[in-house]
Amino acid sequence: MDLLNNLALGFQTSLSLINLWYAFLGAMLGTLIGVLPGLGPIATIAMLLPSMYSLEPTSALIMLAGVFYGAQYGGSTTAILINVPGEASSVVTALDGYQMARRGRAGAALATAALSSFFAGTIGTLVVAAFAPPLTELAFEFGAPEYCALMFLGLIGAVVLASGSFIKALAMVVLGLLLGQINTDAITAVPRFSFDIPELTDGISFVVIAMGLFSFGEIIANLGKPPQHRDVMVKRVSGLMPTAQDVRESAPAAFRGTLLGCVLGVLPGAGPILASFSSYTIEKKLARHPEEFGKGAIQGVAAPEAANNAGAQTAFIPMLTLGIPTSAVMALMIGAMTLMGIQPGPQVMTSNPSLFWGLITSMWVGNLMLVILNLPLIGIWVKLLTVPYRFLFPAIMAFCAIGVYTLSNNTFDVYCAAAFAVIGFLFHKLGFEPAPLILGFILGPMMEENLRRTLLMARGDWSIFLSRPIAATMLALAVALVIAIALPAIRKKREEVFVEEE
Amino acid sequence: MKIRSQRDFVSGVLLVAVGAAFAIGATNYDFGSASRPGPGYFPFGLGTLLAVLGFTILYTSLTRNGNNGDPIGKVPWRPLLCIVGALVFFGFALPRLGFLISFPAMIVITSAGSREFAWRDALLNAVILTALSCGLFVYGLQLNIPLWPA
Repeated sequence: MDLLNNLALGFQTSLSLINLWYAFLGAMLGTLIGVLPGLGPIATIAMLLPSMYSLEPTSALIMLAGVFYGAQYGGSTTAILINVPGEASSVVTALDGYQMARRGRAGAALATAALSSFFAGTIGTLVVAAFAPPLTELAFEFGAPEYCALMFLGLIGAVVLASGSFIKALAMVVLGLLLGQINTDAITAVPRFSFDIPELTDGISFVVIAMGLFSFGEIIANLGKPPQHRDVMVKRVSGLMPTAQDVRESAPAAFRGTLLGCVLGVLPGAGPILASFSSYTIEKKLARHPEEFGKGAIQGVAAPEAANNAGAQTAFIPMLTLGIPTSAVMALMIGAMTLMGIQPGPQVMTSNPSLFWGLITSMWVGNLMLVILNLPLIGIWVKLLTVPYRFLFPAIMAFCAIGVYTLSNNTFDVYCAAAFAVIGFLFHKLGFEPAPLILGFILGPMMEENLRRTLLMARGDWSIFLSRPIAATMLALAVALVIAIALPAIRKKREEVFVEEE
Repeated sequence: MKIRSQRDFVSGVLLVAVGAAFAIGATNYDFGSASRPGPGYFPFGLGTLLAVLGFTILYTSLTRNGNNGDPIGKVPWRPLLCIVGALVFFGFALPRLGFLISFPAMIVITSAGSREFAWRDALLNAVILTALSCGLFVYGLQLNIPLWPA
């Protein structure tokens, strides 16, 4: 059994003492930022990157992945306890989770969320392990036109599935692609848009952009709002063990949520978010007492939590097998790999098998750690929930500023980040979502290179995209997505889904 | 002509400007031909696309229904200036004054961005964060950060 051998190799790597430590560190840090207001996984990963040069790439990626799924976890804790979803994917958890907490069942809600997440994480890991090798094989068949079409599909998907205005999200992607053009042309070595500034000939670092837009821009926008006080209603959480009836009610929901999450997680854009929303809707339709939803139905916690966690795992599939990110976080993971000298793409599995399988299995290990650590430590997280923002934002600023500077020990990056802080604030004011920009920025150079190679190959004939079946299928899918969103019925549904998120 | 959405109007104008700037800038580079695209090919196309998207947003901002004007709202100058100022100050001061002076100063400037600013809290925060970062980044991770004035 190849799968078993591969998993064994993975566990050898992920269960080494050093990697266990980094998985733990990542998961804890992720939970922390999931619980704390105003700091998301994108900003955190960007903040951590500069200090990770010295780490072994496997350990570094294990830790970054831990931050990502740990944040999902912490996000649901705040959703249940104070009705503030820490991450977008736990918005639906708040609907019923918070109601359960108000009825004095916070313990059961937290335990259900944790256990369904863990179950989903386990299945998700297996799915990644099972589907990654065949997809990798397929990816080796891909030429420049296929890659180009795939990236196009990914970008369109990310735009369609993003919240807010479609055309604004599209504009963000294009702006991201354009910012990616500030570099030295890979084919002719001509520096572009550099205005004779030497630092710009290497391009702007994605860390600078991510930090400027997601950390500094957010801080400015948050400080502009009247101060919020977070009230924790539940001071002590007791009764962590779900009852037999809870298990009976939530297990099938968690199972269905997992399946849905596994499928939707692979999609570009807001995979996990979409998964949690749709699984909630499905459970509500299937339930014998749909009127219980919104009043503390345990299925309403189990299903979306399972779905978003499964989605968070399978979101790694396109990143690991094709080297193509489907979300801003995955784009940062790609960037991290490149920074550490690993060329992302299908060859990672064969050239770095221990990294590949170690990362996959570490997600399971990390999920297990989250369950074991979080439930008993819930008291600490409850305390952290109440840290006032005025102590928090200088700390975020401080770590980000050090991170930006140490990126290349250059103050130019700090000034750049300041500029992106202003841009990030502007985006916030004008109603632009910055995540598609990061995705476009990372994909930009890859896409340009593949497009130009395609055109060289086809001697300038664009119809090559239609004569190659795989590329044509992907383009057709992208067009179908755009048409679908233009249909009034679907557009209305999409608005409904994302309005709840606001 | 009436602006129905101030936010979209400004967005549109900015996108057209940025898109046009990139497209015009791209004409400085070799455009190549369709069969051999040069370094100007891709950015020119993208810049044009961005400008077109900007026009579309601009157009909808003038025609769309709704009369509240979708205002941009007040600009929170205090946090904006403090956060950006703190970063620029840090970038300028770090190589000259060293970490131990520029870092706590940056934190105090940052803290001043909040309406709940209080000297005692800000100074306390600055001391704690400086000690923590020094231990973690300078001694722990051995990052190359100048501590003292040059």
